[in-house]
Amino acid sequence: MDLENQKRVKELAEKYGPENVVVVLGAAEGEASGLAAETVTAGDPTFAGPLTGVQLGLKVYHICEEEMKSEVAEDIYEEQIGMMEMVLDVDDIASEMKSIRDQYCKY
Amino acid sequence: MVIYRHITISCFNYESNGGKLFCKPKILYADKKETVSKNQNRHDARLKKRGTAAEEICFAADILEVSMNSVIKATGYILVHAPDMVIHNGSTQTTERIVNPDSEYLKKLPQHIRSYEDALKYLPNQTYIGNMTPDDLAKFEQPWFDKTGDCADRFGKFGEIMPQEEFYLLMQACDVFDLLYLEKGFVDAAKPKLAAHPLMNESILGRIKDGVEMAEVEKFVNEEHAEGLYNHDKLVGYVKRAHDVDVNLAAHVIHENLVSKASSVLSILYAVKNSGLAPEDIDYVIDCCEEACGDVNQRGGGNFAKASAEIAGLSNASGSDMRGFCAGPAHAFIAASSLVKAGTYKNVIVAAGGCTAKLGMNGKDHVKKEMPILEDMLGGFAVVISENDGVSPEIDNSIIGKHSVGTGASPQAVITALVAQPLDDAGLKITDIDKYSAEMQNPDITKPAGAGDVPQANYKMIAALAVKRGDMDKAGLATFAEDHGMVGWAPTQGHIPSGAPYIGFAREDIMSGKIKTAMIIGKGSLFLGRMTNLFDGVSFVIRANSGAQTENSVSEEQVKGLIAKAMKDFAMTLMAE
Repeated sequence: MDLENQKRVKELAEKYGPENVVVVLGAAEGEASGLAAETVTAGDPTFAGPLTGVQLGLKVYHICEEEMKSEVAEDIYEEQIGMMEMVLDVDDIASEMKSIRDQYCKY
Repeated sequence: MVIYRHITISCFNYESNGGKLFCKPKILYADKKETVSKNQNRHDARLKKRGTAAEEICFAADILEVSMNSVIKATGYILVHAPDMVIHNGSTQTTERIVNPDSEYLKKLPQHIRSYEDALKYLPNQTYIGNMTPDDLAKFEQPWFDKTGDCADRFGKFGEIMPQEEFYLLMQACDVFDLLYLEKGFVDAAKPKLAAHPLMNESILGRIKDGVEMAEVEKFVNEEHAEGLYNHDKLVGYVKRAHDVDVNLAAHVIHENLVSKASSVLSILYAVKNSGLAPEDIDYVIDCCEEACGDVNQRGGGNFAKASAEIAGLSNASGSDMRGFCAGPAHAFIAASSLVKAGTYKNVIVAAGGCTAKLGMNGKDHVKKEMPILEDMLGGFAVVISENDGVSPEIDNSIIGKHSVGTGASPQAVITALVAQPLDDAGLKITDIDKYSAEMQNPDITKPAGAGDVPQANYKMIAALAVKRGDMDKAGLATFAEDHGMVGWAPTQGHIPSGAPYIGFAREDIMSGKIKTAMIIGKGSLFLGRMTNLFDGVSFVIRANSGAQTENSVSEEQVKGLIAKAMKDFAMTLMAE
């Protein structure tokens, strides 16, 4: 995850309390989604950014996961995400995300 | 394309009012009843002023002439193998040295650096300079870094792969402020090699200075904040700071900018050679790289374009820089084609050099996966856009995609604005465009880094949109990328892969009749500059020259040209009387 984004996530979690923050990802595939999810839960796996060794354990979802999709008005979702839903391997992303949440999410 | 067979011209509507002539060029087609001139309103307004008969006819002729599309006259594509710059100048490595100087990555990195010979053998590199086509490359199973083909030549039909030694000398030729010096022994060994280069003339070679003593190089690097130049891990020169205090003129910045300038110059040299034009024929250069040159009072003042034009010997050219992150080149092509179509300039070059900061950008993943560092190439390109020659493929300025402020940032909104909307306006379907060239990053580099296959991701999005709009059955999704796309082959140098790498092949494919149309798409991540969160992108269509399309029919462009000439001749006789 981009170092600047790590910094912003860390600051937002400190400001509002980690239990009140949900990170929504839009990465294009499972591996990248998993890495970003790991960064905001277990810490930066590349040991490069501000979240290195910081286990925030935040709630984290990909926008294509059912949990997020059900939160959005159907027509808006179709307009904004419908095309990408056809393109992405949603099952792979969802299973990667769930695996990270099961291991590291604290909330 | 509509071929117009029956043409009626009603050019002159005389009014006896004061002997003035009211002139309104109008071409009516048997199969398409509409006027040619898109500038009709402007034209009508201008006509109200009225001039002499001859002036009016000349003006009408101008209107016809300027409505001719510009053409892709020639292209130049170059790579520079820069192994030592990966280690010393790539931002991933320079950041790592600050944050984690004893890291395993930095220790392992040198073992993963490729030799020049390996860089020559690398299939995507051979594709970039034109020795292989994208279709040839696609025949090789990925990954490509462990495969070799038949060709490992330095020179290709579009350009070349220059070794680092010679490039340092070219950088010095591009340094007009005495900021770059090379060690004596290095110059003595490398200069004869550059002197043998087919495009290096006396004016460039004459700019190379005599070498300096090693002690001087070490002193500037160790004591004067100079940026070291290394070759095979050995210090061979330095770029000194251009100001003691101003960070905009620090050695690091000057080094980065000289690299960009020198690789742009090399690209321009090839593009001019390939065009058959003389350097003096070039009127204007637009630089579209992602660097900035300036000082503390004007950080991005410019002007890479004119600076490069000077070294490349384009004595009649001016120029300016156009920026838009990775979308910069596509913006520049649209601007250049408009300048030529408007008749402002006859020959415009769009050029960009390479970027040191992006060298080894994904190096950590490549090293972790026991791969060579594939981001050891600086890229450059230059495209000559000229007035219509009746043969070369045209840039069709009537089909322009644009991501506007109000478009939105979702991929769907972006692809709609860049692809679907302009085609809609032109009455075309997504499947009517033969080839799309968006972000042509080499997947060999991006896939191991978790960034996926970028060109394929673009084709999937365009295909999905085509299905959503009913342009194509869902069954077409599987083959869309193969039918309307290509594998990626360009180095991950931001603006370099952004649509531009295909223009050379597109020119050939269109002229050979393999395809008729190609859409070039540039996309830019403006948020990186922290001034806006907006996304950006523009697109344009290249199509076969309407004059080159048929043997027996007269094309629209030819007709306009003929009428314009006839009208001017007539006006001259009126003036003579």
